[in-house]
Amino acid sequence: MRVRLLLFLLLLPLSAYAQGFAGLGSDADGFAVPERGHALAFPRDHGPHPSYRIEWWYATATLTGADGQDYGIQWTLFRSALAPYDKAGWQSPQLWLAHAALTTPERHFVAERLARGGIGQAGVTADPFEAWIDDWRMAGPDFDRLDLRARSAEFAYDLSLAAQGPLVLHGDRGYSVKSQDGQASYYYSQPNFAVTGTLTLPSGPVAVTGTAWLDREWSSQPLSEDQTGWDWFSLGFDDGTRLMAFRLRGGRGDFTSGTWIKADGSATPLPDGMIAVEPLDMTRVAGRDLPTRWRLALPDKALSVEIEALNPQAWMATSFPYWEGPVRVTGSHDGKGYLEMTGYD
Amino acid sequence: MRRAAIACLWSHWARHPLQLVTLLAGLALATGLWSAVQAINAEARTSYAEASAQLGVGQFDELRAASGPIPLARYVALRRAGWQLAALLEGQLRLPGGSVDVMGVDLLSYPALPAVEETSQEDGIAPTDALLAPGLLIAGPETAERLESQPGLPPVRRTQNLPSGVVLTDIGTAEMLLNRRAEITRLLILPDQSAGLTPLADLAPDLMLVRAEGRSELARLTDSFHLNLTAFGLLSFAVGLFIVHGMVGLSFEQRRGMIRTLRALGLPLRDLTWLMLGELLLFALIGGLIGLVLGYGVAAALLPDVAATLRGLYGAPVDGDLALQPAWVALGLMMAVAGTFAASAQALWHLSRVPILQAQGQYAWTAQGLPARAQAGFGALLICAGFLALVVFDGLIAGFAMLGGLLMGAALLLPPILSLALRLGERFARGPLEEWIWADMRAQLPGLSLALMALLLALAANIGVGTMVSSFRLTFTGWLDQRLASELYVTARDEAQGHEIERWLNSRADAVLPIRATEVQVAGETVFLYGIIDHPTYRNNWPLIAELPEVWDVLAEGRGALINEQMARRMDLWPGDRVELLPGWSLPVAGVYSDYGNPTGQAITALPALLERVPDLPNTRFGIRIDPPEAEDLRTALADRFALPPQAVVPQAAIKASSLAIFEKTFVVTGALNILTLGVAGFAILTSLLTLWAHRLPQLAPVWALGVQRDTLARLEVLRSVALAVMTAVLALPLGLVLAWALLAIINVEAFGWRLPMHLFPLQWLVLLLLAVATAILAALLPARRLRHLPPSDLLQVFANAR
Repeated sequence: MRVRLLLFLLLLPLSAYAQGFAGLGSDADGFAVPERGHALAFPRDHGPHPSYRIEWWYATATLTGADGQDYGIQWTLFRSALAPYDKAGWQSPQLWLAHAALTTPERHFVAERLARGGIGQAGVTADPFEAWIDDWRMAGPDFDRLDLRARSAEFAYDLSLAAQGPLVLHGDRGYSVKSQDGQASYYYSQPNFAVTGTLTLPSGPVAVTGTAWLDREWSSQPLSEDQTGWDWFSLGFDDGTRLMAFRLRGGRGDFTSGTWIKADGSATPLPDGMIAVEPLDMTRVAGRDLPTRWRLALPDKALSVEIEALNPQAWMATSFPYWEGPVRVTGSHDGKGYLEMTGYD
Repeated sequence: MRRAAIACLWSHWARHPLQLVTLLAGLALATGLWSAVQAINAEARTSYAEASAQLGVGQFDELRAASGPIPLARYVALRRAGWQLAALLEGQLRLPGGSVDVMGVDLLSYPALPAVEETSQEDGIAPTDALLAPGLLIAGPETAERLESQPGLPPVRRTQNLPSGVVLTDIGTAEMLLNRRAEITRLLILPDQSAGLTPLADLAPDLMLVRAEGRSELARLTDSFHLNLTAFGLLSFAVGLFIVHGMVGLSFEQRRGMIRTLRALGLPLRDLTWLMLGELLLFALIGGLIGLVLGYGVAAALLPDVAATLRGLYGAPVDGDLALQPAWVALGLMMAVAGTFAASAQALWHLSRVPILQAQGQYAWTAQGLPARAQAGFGALLICAGFLALVVFDGLIAGFAMLGGLLMGAALLLPPILSLALRLGERFARGPLEEWIWADMRAQLPGLSLALMALLLALAANIGVGTMVSSFRLTFTGWLDQRLASELYVTARDEAQGHEIERWLNSRADAVLPIRATEVQVAGETVFLYGIIDHPTYRNNWPLIAELPEVWDVLAEGRGALINEQMARRMDLWPGDRVELLPGWSLPVAGVYSDYGNPTGQAITALPALLERVPDLPNTRFGIRIDPPEAEDLRTALADRFALPPQAVVPQAAIKASSLAIFEKTFVVTGALNILTLGVAGFAILTSLLTLWAHRLPQLAPVWALGVQRDTLARLEVLRSVALAVMTAVLALPLGLVLAWALLAIINVEAFGWRLPMHLFPLQWLVLLLLAVATAILAALLPARRLRHLPPSDLLQVFANAR
């Protein structure tokens, strides 16, 4: 779950913030809202949904270099709509924002791009699939074979992604609930890409292999008022199973959710309360304390693991800052994954 | 002892309140005028700096098209090649009462916009409002008011952070406002670029890279203007210090006895010197403060005109409001103190060497200057050095160095020349009384010379500046008549309407002259390139100052281009030289035309030739030739037929009037400073005469005793003052003319980029001469009146006082 666009929305405050629902299927500003039972269709839904307020194409990869070292990369394209329509030219209400990061055990590189919709500087097409902003690009003949590129002054990466299994729909056939109040989004993933390619670090290029996880999510609804932040995990275990889990921290207690994905790609939703997470160690990062070591338990699947950041200083110093970086998993299951944390102020 | 000494020193001022007032007034005048100019300059510079900071102007390298706008698709292509650029669309929005500069930026990618941040922090700008139609305009209070009075414009937000006449908005809004869809005027290259990008030279060879440091056009243009003002301020300061010098000298002179007594009573010289220094410091601070108040008033009064000039002439954004800056106060007081001590140095030096028992000298303190011959030599040397500076260096500074040398040298030469003239006059004297008058004038000369120098400088400055302004006005009005030959000027809303208007006019007007231009980059500078059709309007009227033979045929056949004088001088291009107007298209310069009041370079080619290279040249502006009496009817018909707002159809007369208004405002400041300088000089003469008064009695008493009536003596007193003033004025005339020449041929060329023919205005000189005479009479009147009413006993007393 990546509700981080809450911050994006705060960064670009909207005149009439969605205050409840004005009617079935749309909110006060005319944005569409997700509905249970709506069937996702592909490749159409790989493309943008301008009538929804927020949307993202979110890739993370855990990688191992030819030098034996662990790396992580992040590539994210956000769409944020000021109004529920699209239009050609500068007058388009669709805004685009992207983050790219490259994490090593010692360093964490971050870059950000912003673009206006309507002029071709950024956008997404579903078929053939292409998501781009400036020269950052995730594209391929279809959603299963993608090239992923980003570069900045300090780092660059150029990776090839090949899907190893089916798409996974989270929640109820892609309808993913985010709070006790019923806020929801459409959410699906491709959790299993095989990756090969090259990272370019200040010290030079490194050939890497690994696995990538691609999330797709769109919605128009912010979090509940009492929800202050979240901890989100995408983990891949050595036995081929995968876990997506998140905890939304709120005044009325935590809200947890997740998806258990078997090696063959078949998925089981994990409703609120099934997953238990507990911070173990705090690290001082960018002037605040963040939990960079966790215990995560899913008794239903006999899972109890410790999760530790590869680089505790994986701080995304972007227009809306947050923590995001690769993690190592040990315990009942060993593996790797990505962790994201927001709202620790 | 010290307290007694202080009381003693102070008693002098209590007994001579007029002296005190004069001293403080001199200080206040010197500081006031100087500070006024400084305040104006500082305000203008702050405005420029603010504008640059607010709008990110000049901080980044830029890409510009060789001609015209950059298509939006190019921007996107460069972005998609990885270059981090910020898009800008600039243009002018016509409003009643003058257009405003619209600056449309991509609010999402533009680097530094404190104006937006501040406004959004205070009022909470929602992106929905700023980025979506109708958009949001951000402007300074004055401009905001003008925008708000216009129906149909997007809502306006106020900020203190934007200079007047500038409207900041999102590029999407600017596009609609300026009716320039998918156009970009320039691209800022942002500082943080990715590694390994394809060089811009390969990606966009047709776009020109303009380096941030090579693009201080505004600063360069306005620097000259500010230097001009500073020079005037310094002149006023110098003249004000003459007064201070006179008064301090007088007070020291009159207190000689007191000083002797204090010293004889045992007050150490060191203590006395410190006390007097303290006294001077106190006066400097009081006078300086009064001067600052005065200066602030003058600056506040002049600033709106200066701002209007800078806007009109350079498009420089300057606010008409004056802000009080602490640095300005400090600098003003420092100047006052430094000036006071500089003006008192001579007197203090004398004080330190007063022998305790020296008798009061017959001649005043002022008599002990340089020997006349040395002074003359030094003066001549200064003049030579000034001209040498002009030969060796060039530029505005050299021009001012030359003027400085000339003026200072001439001032120093004045007393020796006057002395020589008086000696000559003495030869022609008939009778003892006349001989005495000449001799007496010569005797007075040392005491008056400083005041006369001030008068000389003020008069010369007046003649010089007056000649320049009048020459300019004469040339400018003639030039306007030539240049604005069309009876009506019309601007269409867009291309389509332009074509319609053109078609509609073809049957109704004598001629329709399209005004079609594109911005091009020549030698790193923005130049407006116009394409014109061959028409007698141009052939008969266009004001050329240099040309090849058959210039209009050469132009019409596309074999040459005309450029304006500013461009010719700046790039040193003259008829016969080749100029590259577009990449791969260079033409010989066929002629150079004068183009007053325009800061930027301009070039003209034949329209067909230009259209071949720039096919999408906008076609929305036209000059219309028609029988003048019919112009008004056509104007009304045109405005009705196409629903054009009043500012879209402008009659020739209106443009002329507004051009002349800008011109007049340009010299309002110069004129005001001029008059003030002359006033200060008159004041200097008065103070000098008052100073001399103390020494006059011993000189007048014998003449009186020989039978010359007090009335006659008083009349002679005025006559002498007038005679000296007239002689000074006569000498000021050639000096003023040299000054005028320098202003027209050197300073103007550097400051504005154009050279003006010099015209002579003898009537002005006569007025100035009369003014000088009036000043001299006024200054002499007070001492003369005193003399007339002097009790004979006072005159007798002179003989009683054993010398």
